[in-house]
This record gives sequence, C-alpha cells and structure tokens, in this order.
Amino acid sequence: MTTERTAVAGGQVGGEVVTAAPAGPRETRADPRRRDNRAWWLVLPVVVSVAFTAVIPLMTVVNFSVQDVFSPSDRVFVGLDWFYEAVRRPENREAFVRTLLFSAQVLLVEIPLGVAIAVAMPRRGFWVSAALVLVALPLLIPWNVVGTIWQIFARGDIGLGGWTVNNVLGVGFNYTLDSTDAWITILVMDVWHWTPLVALLAYAGLRSIPEPYFQAAQIDGASGWATFRHIQLPRLRGVLTIAILLRFMDSFMIYTEPFVVTGGGPGNATTFLSILLSKMAVGQFDVGPAGAFSLVYFLIVQVVCYVFFTVLTRSGR
Amino acid sequence: MADIRLEGVGHSYDGGRTWAVKPMTWTWRTSRAYALLGPSGCGKTTLLNIISGLITPTAGRVYFDGRDVTGVPTAGRDIAQVFQFPVLYEEMSVRDNLAFPLRNRKVPKKEIERRVRQVSELLGLDHLLNRRSRRLDPGWQQIVSLGRGLVRAQVAAVLLDEPLTVVDPALKWTLRSKLKEIHRDTGHTLIYVTHDQTEALTFADEVVVLNDGAIVQAGEPTELFLSPAHEFVGHFIGSPGMNVLPAHVEGGVVRVGQADVGAADGLPPGPVRIGVRPEFVEITGDRVSPGVAAEVTGIDRMGAYDLVHALVGEHPVIARTAAGSACEPGAAAFLHFPAERTFLFRDQVRCGSLAPLNGRGTA
Repeated sequence: MTTERTAVAGGQVGGEVVTAAPAGPRETRADPRRRDNRAWWLVLPVVVSVAFTAVIPLMTVVNFSVQDVFSPSDRVFVGLDWFYEAVRRPENREAFVRTLLFSAQVLLVEIPLGVAIAVAMPRRGFWVSAALVLVALPLLIPWNVVGTIWQIFARGDIGLGGWTVNNVLGVGFNYTLDSTDAWITILVMDVWHWTPLVALLAYAGLRSIPEPYFQAAQIDGASGWATFRHIQLPRLRGVLTIAILLRFMDSFMIYTEPFVVTGGGPGNATTFLSILLSKMAVGQFDVGPAGAFSLVYFLIVQVVCYVFFTVLTRSGR
Repeated sequence: MADIRLEGVGHSYDGGRTWAVKPMTWTWRTSRAYALLGPSGCGKTTLLNIISGLITPTAGRVYFDGRDVTGVPTAGRDIAQVFQFPVLYEEMSVRDNLAFPLRNRKVPKKEIERRVRQVSELLGLDHLLNRRSRRLDPGWQQIVSLGRGLVRAQVAAVLLDEPLTVVDPALKWTLRSKLKEIHRDTGHTLIYVTHDQTEALTFADEVVVLNDGAIVQAGEPTELFLSPAHEFVGHFIGSPGMNVLPAHVEGGVVRVGQADVGAADGLPPGPVRIGVRPEFVEITGDRVSPGVAAEVTGIDRMGAYDLVHALVGEHPVIARTAAGSACEPGAAAFLHFPAERTFLFRDQVRCGSLAPLNGRGTA
C-alpha cells in the first residue's frame, strides 16, 4: 500500500515537470504544431521508477490473485475464485468491520481534538515555536518505536500508564488479556501519534485567516463559540478535508503499531485488515487469496477516498 | 450617536519607544462626515481601531458623549466598522449576515426582521437577501459588510477603513454616493479612512490630515486646498502637490536667491520655505512684477491644462497653465507668486503668508 501511494505522488511530480518545462526557446512560437516535445524525456525517470516500484509489483499481485500457487512451477488458474472468497470469508468481514470502526473512532476523536488544540495554540509570540515543537514531537517518532513505547507504557507491571490506571485509578487494565483494553490502547496510541498532524494542519489553516475577520466578530458582538463556528470553522474546510482523508487512509491501513503492541490479539480483537493480510501473505504464504484480498482492500480505500473527496468539495461550492 | 472625544490619546506598539499615534486631543462631532486622510503607515488605522475599541490606547482616554469608554470592549461601544476588504460570514446568506450582530445581542426576532428589512431597503440589498454572501462580487460584499454595521439601532459612529480599495472603479462612484446618501438619511457620524485625496475631498464635510501619527490640519476641503497649514498638507492634497522653494527673509522681504518675491510682515529674518500651488504660479516670458528667473525644462500637456516644469536654480517648480501654453523647453521664464495664495513655512509649519512688496525691496 505504501509503495502505491508514493507512486501516485511521484506521478504528480512528473506531471508538474511537464507543464512547467516550456517548449524549446528556439522553436518558433508562430507554429504551435511544431512544438518541441523533448521535455517528455524528463518524465522518463519517474515512469521507470514508478514502473519498478508500483506498477510491476501491482501486476504481480494481480497475477497471483487469479491463480492457486502451490510452488513457483506449479500453479493453477482459478479465475475470480479468490475474490469471491476474500469478500465472503467471515474472518475478512469481521476484520473489515473492525477496521472501519477503528477508522471512524480515530476520525471522531482526532479531528475535533486536533482542531481544539489548534484553536488553543498561541497565535503569536515566543510560545508559538514552543507549542509547535511540542505538538509536532510525536510525528517525528518512527511507527515501530511508537508501538514499542506504548507497549511498555501501557503494561500494568512496569509501564507508567498501565501501572497508574491499575494502582492509582484502581481500574483493572491489561491489554494482553482484555480485548477492550487492547482496543483502547491502540486507539489512544493512534490519537497520541496522529492528532498532532490534524492540529498542525488546522493551525496552518487558522493562521491564514486575516485579522479583520476576528475584529469584525468582536464588533458584531460574537461569542467565542460563534466566532469559531462562523469564522474559523468555515475557513478550515480545505485543510480538514485533507486531514480527514489522510487520517482515514492511514488508520484504515494501520499495521505497524498494533503489530508491535498486540500482534492483533488478544484473540482477534485488534486484527485489522492489514494484519490479517500480512498473516495470510507472509505467514501462511497464501499468495493467491492474499493477492485478491489486497486488491479488494486497495479498491475500498480508493472508493471511500474518492466519494468522500467528491462530496466534500461539491458541498463547498 | 455621540460626540467622540479623544483626550491625550496616543498609541505605541513597542512600549513607548515610538508612537504610531502621537498623543492628541480631538473631538469627532456627531453627525458629521469626516475623512481621515494620510499616507500609508501614518497611523490612520490605529486611530480608527482606538475609536472602535479594537486597540486600547497606551495613553489618554476615549469619551463617547462624556462616557469614558477607554476600557470598554468593542462589543459594548456600538461602533460599526467596515474594513479594507469585505469581511463576511461566508457560509451565511446575506440576510443572516445582516441579522448576525442582532442575534448575538439577543434582540427579539420581530425586531431583527424589521431592522434587516430596513437596512436592506436602505442599501438596495432586497434582491440579494437570500443569496449566499460569498457568491456576491466584492462591491456588493462590501455593501453587505456596511449593512452589518448599520443594522444596529444605536450606532455611535460608522468607521470605514479604506473600504473601496477592492472595489472596481465603476462601482466606486456608486458606493461613494450611496455612503453620502446613508449619511444624509441616517445622520450617523462617519469616519472614512483613505489615502486617496479625491475620495476624501469629495466625500467629507471635514478632512483630517494625519501624518506621522499626528493631526497636521483639519478643515473643509477648500480650506485645506487654499490655505495649507503644514507643508505636508500642501504636498499631499492637490495634484500635483504644492511647490516648495527655499528662500530667506531679510528686513521683511522674502528673497529667492537675489530676487525679491514679496514682503513678509512681522517675520524675523532667517531661512523660510515658500509654498505655492501650481494652480497659482504665474509664468511669463518677461519680468512683469517681482518674480524669479527660471528655466523651463518640460511641459506635460494634460488636455484640459498644461503643466509647465521649470527649475529655479536647482529647485523644480511646476506651474499649471491653460492648455496650449507657449512655453518651450529650454526657454527662460519668470515665475510670479500671487501674494494671497503663497505661504511661508518654517520647520514645515506655516508661519505667514507672502504680502505685496509695495515698492519695498532692492531689486
């Protein structure tokens, strides 16, 4: 999935190169048909690298998804069987619902929380830099390190967080045994890790609002809430669209952190789609079903993002 | 409506090292239309924000009709302010925009409806009431912003901070006459900030010229034009601005170089600067009255009139003459300064005016 996204980004960069590169200066402007198309060569490195990092691997997956592979030399064409199975298998469906639920919760918590942090951050002065650094800190930590930090932090015996909940608050908490506790741990970890992204995006959006808007609100006697609701929030539409899209995609494809913290357990409590997929593909080496599964997975992300983006941009007009 | 009195009001953004607005005492009288005129960065907007309460002045007190409002926040002052570019609640309809200040103040629904209808009629917004405000063009958006200020029943003053900057020229005239109309109909005190002298002169009952954080002159447009009290006013108002020529006073006679140009009654000897508007400089081929020799350097033919550029010594002087002036570049000429329209400045401040020589002088 990750390679897929970089590929798309790379393609866009390539596109910009083409539009930015003017036709050769020696060519006469008078005859637009004889334009110099050599600038296309500049796209070639991108095309090649995208081909090797994304297109060819993706085609391999497509190839696997329609075959039953016993060994590299022993394979049977099975048509769309794996796709039917990927959609019908109860385990997959459960993981799908679980992942969707997780993404929904992530969005419900992180977006409002991020916006609230952004609103509360100072607008000028020394504390701007201090607040920015403080807020951005979790974003700088690698995924697996985040997982390790939380795996230890949430432990009931030696982890500060887990110990506090158990002994100070007096609530029994053990994420290795209790599926609710495991779920909460993963959710809180994601909130801790990624709310800063939403906050930074929202902060950038808020900073772009000219001062007179706030002055006008003062003159009109608007309360703090009314100022937020009618001035700040409408102007955050753009950045929040991006934030929601990014957070949806990332949380829907979450892998490393739950893999490190819970390994998908206890039971299947935190087995998200990506964890299930990697078990299938790498653990059991069922490349056929895993191929079909990942294509369906890919499609879901694409469709959800497309629908979401279209709805949000349309309603803004 | 109220008289707005500033007593020793000054503002500094850097803790008193420099003043954006130097401490001043000034009264904005009720129901008058003022233009606050000055170059960019002279403190116009700061002064306006002090009146509206967006800024609390570093020094001095602000009174509305004797009520001390220095510490009263903006919302408690009943001031309407229109900004340089339209400030609207973009996702609301025009109607909701107009109603917003009243809703915030918990005005009864019926009253809101009545006021909105009144204002929309006044501004000609009736056909736009249900449109989303962000879809209007900037001119109409600016009118809506204005309406949001006028919708409150008790408005002490309407402050306009260069409101026509974003509006295209054709609509500017419409808007300006609309503003005048509103002023006539409602009798609100208007304070209109601008750096455009035409705008200020056509709009206001009284023009207040601000420079470097201080009021240098206030008066009716003609007064500012005909008798500037400060060199800056002379420069800033008029197109082109007032000519300034270094001279000196000797025994009651004003001399430019060796030439006597007029008398300066009661002025102690020393350097002065002569200020005279291009409109009043007379240019002739021969010396017909006390005047100074000059060299014509160029002529701008403006259609309705000509602008003759000349050099006295090394100081440029512009004379505005009737179209079809016979002057040629390179020709020698004499400039005459009419006594009643020529002023003398010391340290940029007017210290007297030129008087006829009446036979005095040496040349």
